[in-house]
Amino acid sequence: MTTTPAAPHRERLQLSHLLFAAPALLFFLIFAILPLLGVVALSFTSWNGIGAIEFTGLTSWTEALSRETTWRGLLLVLLMIVATWVLQTPLSILLGTFLAGQQRYRGVLAVLYFLPLLLSSSAIAITFKSLMDPNFGLASGLGLPFLKQNWLGDSTLVWIVLLVIIAWQFIPFHTLIYQGAVRQIPQSMYEAAQIDGAGRVRQFFSITLPQLKYTLITSSTLMVVGALTYFDIIFVLTQGGPGVSTRILPLDMYLTGFRGNEMGVASALAVILVVLGLGLALGVQRLGGKDASASQTEGA
Amino acid sequence: MKRNWIGGTFGWLWLLAVLLPLYFVAITSLKSISTYFGSNPVLPSPQLAFENFTAVLEADFTTYLLNSVLVALGTVVPLVLMAFMASYATVRSRHRLFRPVRSLFLLGLAIPVQATIVPIYLLIIRMHMYDSLAALMLPGIAFGLPLSILIISNALRDVPGELFEAMDIDGCTEWQKMWRLAFPIVRPALVTVAVYQALMSWNGFLFPLILTQSPDMRTLPLALWSFQGEYATNVPVVMAAVVLSSIPIVLLYIVGRRYLVSGMTAGSGK
Repeated sequence: MTTTPAAPHRERLQLSHLLFAAPALLFFLIFAILPLLGVVALSFTSWNGIGAIEFTGLTSWTEALSRETTWRGLLLVLLMIVATWVLQTPLSILLGTFLAGQQRYRGVLAVLYFLPLLLSSSAIAITFKSLMDPNFGLASGLGLPFLKQNWLGDSTLVWIVLLVIIAWQFIPFHTLIYQGAVRQIPQSMYEAAQIDGAGRVRQFFSITLPQLKYTLITSSTLMVVGALTYFDIIFVLTQGGPGVSTRILPLDMYLTGFRGNEMGVASALAVILVVLGLGLALGVQRLGGKDASASQTEGA
Repeated sequence: MKRNWIGGTFGWLWLLAVLLPLYFVAITSLKSISTYFGSNPVLPSPQLAFENFTAVLEADFTTYLLNSVLVALGTVVPLVLMAFMASYATVRSRHRLFRPVRSLFLLGLAIPVQATIVPIYLLIIRMHMYDSLAALMLPGIAFGLPLSILIISNALRDVPGELFEAMDIDGCTEWQKMWRLAFPIVRPALVTVAVYQALMSWNGFLFPLILTQSPDMRTLPLALWSFQGEYATNVPVVMAAVVLSSIPIVLLYIVGRRYLVSGMTAGSGK
């Protein structure tokens, strides 16, 4: 067995350790793991949210997979993920690198950058809704007529609006992650590069960016899984509209279950979300591969 | 020294982008409804009108505020205690039984909370807790655990093993080592987790939406949303509600910023 004579006391299971871990483990099993398994079980049932839950085999799955909204929702959520990543990642890296500078005013900027993270999604949605008002918002305030659009009524414009608002809400978070990571890069690397005559841009691409690889994976994982489950802002702002143009999968799941009273179908959609979430998280990690852990140890 | 023009330009532009909406909320909340319709939207009104705030406070705002405070406290306090104890056990125990426990909590980071709302709704109904504040705390605690345990474990791993061995020699129990040695050392990580989870709880929208029904049980984000429906024509009042709902969390930020920022980056950067 695995008992090594060198450190036998290390291997013994202590009752106290078990007891310390028990409350958290119990809570996590009941309110996170059980629901996770439960959603799989419920996807093989029909339930209207109030009455009895009936086992109906694959009925909910057939229904979920045959609906057009499911496939559109899936496509839209993938669009959301890609667009979010493309929009937020370069900006976050740029801003994070900028904030990592030691000048005092950059610390003040970091304090202010953080503010959107403090607001609830409904507060943000409501704020931007009034900013977009054609008569009493930014368009007339700044005298910029091109801002006078039916922002939430057009199926293309509404996507621009959502992506911008979501970027406004979440770029600060990723900026902070990058700021912390850039500050951990040893100053000596930059000094060596300066002696070699490398300019700012060159330093950014040959030192900063490669050193950020592991952070990029972490940030991207959080961003991708986060984008998969964006709900609040879209719910408050568009409810999936106009028409069904912003009815992304998580919103479709909520509306199907809690408005359409088809909890079985909603559960099937949820299973798709879980599988997609785990797959995307593993996929991003895999993309980073072994290099990720290498740069991690170097950075530390 | 050459200046970083690209970063600088984006940096200041982004500051403008961050502040403009906040500025708009602030000045609009201080406009009377007639000023709102009659003045330039981006300029502050010369006469400050506090009537919007009075209107918000009279519209049961204090109930929602109290609900939010109770839910945040009821989530954060048990969460931090449980996460700390579990982190201590998983970091200190070398037993292989804890390996799957660690993986389980790490896996928890990848569960989209969104996807579990149907079974959580069912669970809460069966526990006869639907439409109560406790219903909001339970899933909040469970889904807060993985990240909290990650952050606290990282801090615990930095505690030198010799300190524990010294206490072993003194004949201390695990319980004493946990509270007398580990707890004070990782306190910054605990504060970090507490501040961050308080923020999460404060701004939570989804669980209140599916687990409560009556207006008495609304927390602030949900209240804001229904408020917006009721006062659709009176934007200054809605903006005042946004301001009032954010004040407590801004105060928390002022007090606990260092913890929040350092913890957030430590939790995701390591």
